[in-house]
Amino acid sequence: MEMSGFSTVIPLAYLASAVLFILGIKRLSHPETAAGGNRLAAIGMLLAVIATLLDRAILDFTWIVAGLAVGGLVGVVMARTVKMTAMPEMVAVFNGFGGAASGLVAVGEYLREMQSAEVLAIDSGVSIMAGTLIGAVTFSGSMIAFGKLQGFVTGNAISNPLVKFSAGILLGFSVVLAVYLVGFESNLVFYWSLIAAALILGVLFVIPIGGADMPVVVALLNSYSGLAAASAGFVLENNALIISGALVGASGLILTGIMCRAMNRSLANVLFSAFGTTAASAGRAADGDRVATPIEAEDSAMVLGYASQVIFVPGYGLAVAQAQHRVRELADLLTERGVSVRYCVHPVAGRMPGHMNVLLAEANVPYEQLCEPEDVNPDMENIDVAVVVGANDVVNPLARDDPSSPIGGMPIIETDRAKTCIVIKRSLSVGYAGIDNPLFYLRNNRMFFGDASDALARITEEVKQL
Amino acid sequence: MEGTLLIGLYVFVLAMFVGFELITKVPPTLHTPLMSGSNAISGISIVGALLVIGRAGDAHLMRWIGLAALILATINVVGGFLVTDRMLQMFKSKDAS
Repeated sequence: MEMSGFSTVIPLAYLASAVLFILGIKRLSHPETAAGGNRLAAIGMLLAVIATLLDRAILDFTWIVAGLAVGGLVGVVMARTVKMTAMPEMVAVFNGFGGAASGLVAVGEYLREMQSAEVLAIDSGVSIMAGTLIGAVTFSGSMIAFGKLQGFVTGNAISNPLVKFSAGILLGFSVVLAVYLVGFESNLVFYWSLIAAALILGVLFVIPIGGADMPVVVALLNSYSGLAAASAGFVLENNALIISGALVGASGLILTGIMCRAMNRSLANVLFSAFGTTAASAGRAADGDRVATPIEAEDSAMVLGYASQVIFVPGYGLAVAQAQHRVRELADLLTERGVSVRYCVHPVAGRMPGHMNVLLAEANVPYEQLCEPEDVNPDMENIDVAVVVGANDVVNPLARDDPSSPIGGMPIIETDRAKTCIVIKRSLSVGYAGIDNPLFYLRNNRMFFGDASDALARITEEVKQL
Repeated sequence: MEGTLLIGLYVFVLAMFVGFELITKVPPTLHTPLMSGSNAISGISIVGALLVIGRAGDAHLMRWIGLAALILATINVVGGFLVTDRMLQMFKSKDAS
């Protein structure tokens, strides 16, 4: 015990960093304190790294310095250059990297333990197998999610029974391999096969899920990356990893739950139903009888310029058109004219939880003007104009009126009840859910056909003329 | 050894509860920074990566695996905290009205 000083200091430092993580997350609950909270967590991480470097098992620092330098540089460049609209892709990639790192830690420990023992000790064996599996699934799943968000991989839901079948087989195969590796013998070939199976499993898990369900997938993978870190913590018997991993795991799970509730669907339904591929043409037959009334920039400006209460409802189309600055310009102009303007954001709008809020914050929209559906819905009759920018399913009244529709029961922003609703959209096409939106044909609704960014710019010009 | 696993489980379960309590209080507006920030925290496996490299000794494969883990975890940590900070700077009150 000649090093007893260090051997107590290091775990205490880990405890301190866990406390800093908790305090940091606590401060994330308010926009004013959130940036400080994030820094607190970063300090906690720095502390954990420094404590680890004091570990006397570490003798050679050249590789460590190289790794920290390369990773740090890439991290800085990525964080500085990413566009706010690409934040879901960024988080997906980072999830994948975190999962891969945790998985590789488990691999490293497996190789080390193999040197000394024929058969793994049951507890470290279980931890290593769990760490390997979760890490690999998180990595490949996140890469596919990234590909889907980026458009490399088809964003559509792929519904194929073969996918589910192979996933089931692979999962069984992995579990059998893991049990064998822990219970019977250490075998490198089997271990590499386990990793390969887990990587394919991650791909099969995300491939069937369609674009607009990505918020759920990204949140779930976030949770997995935490669980992967926690299992690496079990492998190393390190409480700092276990605590941090558990915090992130809990965070991801809560967000996943919130996203599912906001769509009134179960997690199983999101993961396995290949939503949006079936029931497509359910309500489209009657197109001929109904007429959507178009509106142009001049009339839109009139309606908006003389309104007293206006809400904007942003959706994924806003992100695609990079129209967040345009919305704010129009909103500012209206505010100058004495119009009360708010932004109503649906929890699942966009491609990740809170996606729209980040874009609006980037455009300098004060967060006091952001509100949630339940703040606006009770009062919708008093809203003079609701402007829907690039959103569809989240304002579809069928969710409220037709329980049998695929989105039945999903909480929506009830812009159909506003005095006037203006939908800015390229066409009358269906949204992600693949169902028609009766809102477009209502008497109080106007369609502004066109690109969101361009449309908002034209309306802004017209409002200036008023 | 089984004692350590058990203590680990205690810590894990209790930390999950702390996480649930903390995160339910985060408003939807901040969900994206919450994700990227907590994502950076999951880069804590950087600690594991350091230990793998440190303990590798002459085992080349282990060292390379440790290096790969270290680079990925460092990207995750540094990039995650920085990008979260960038986002949160935008969320500060602009006091427009």
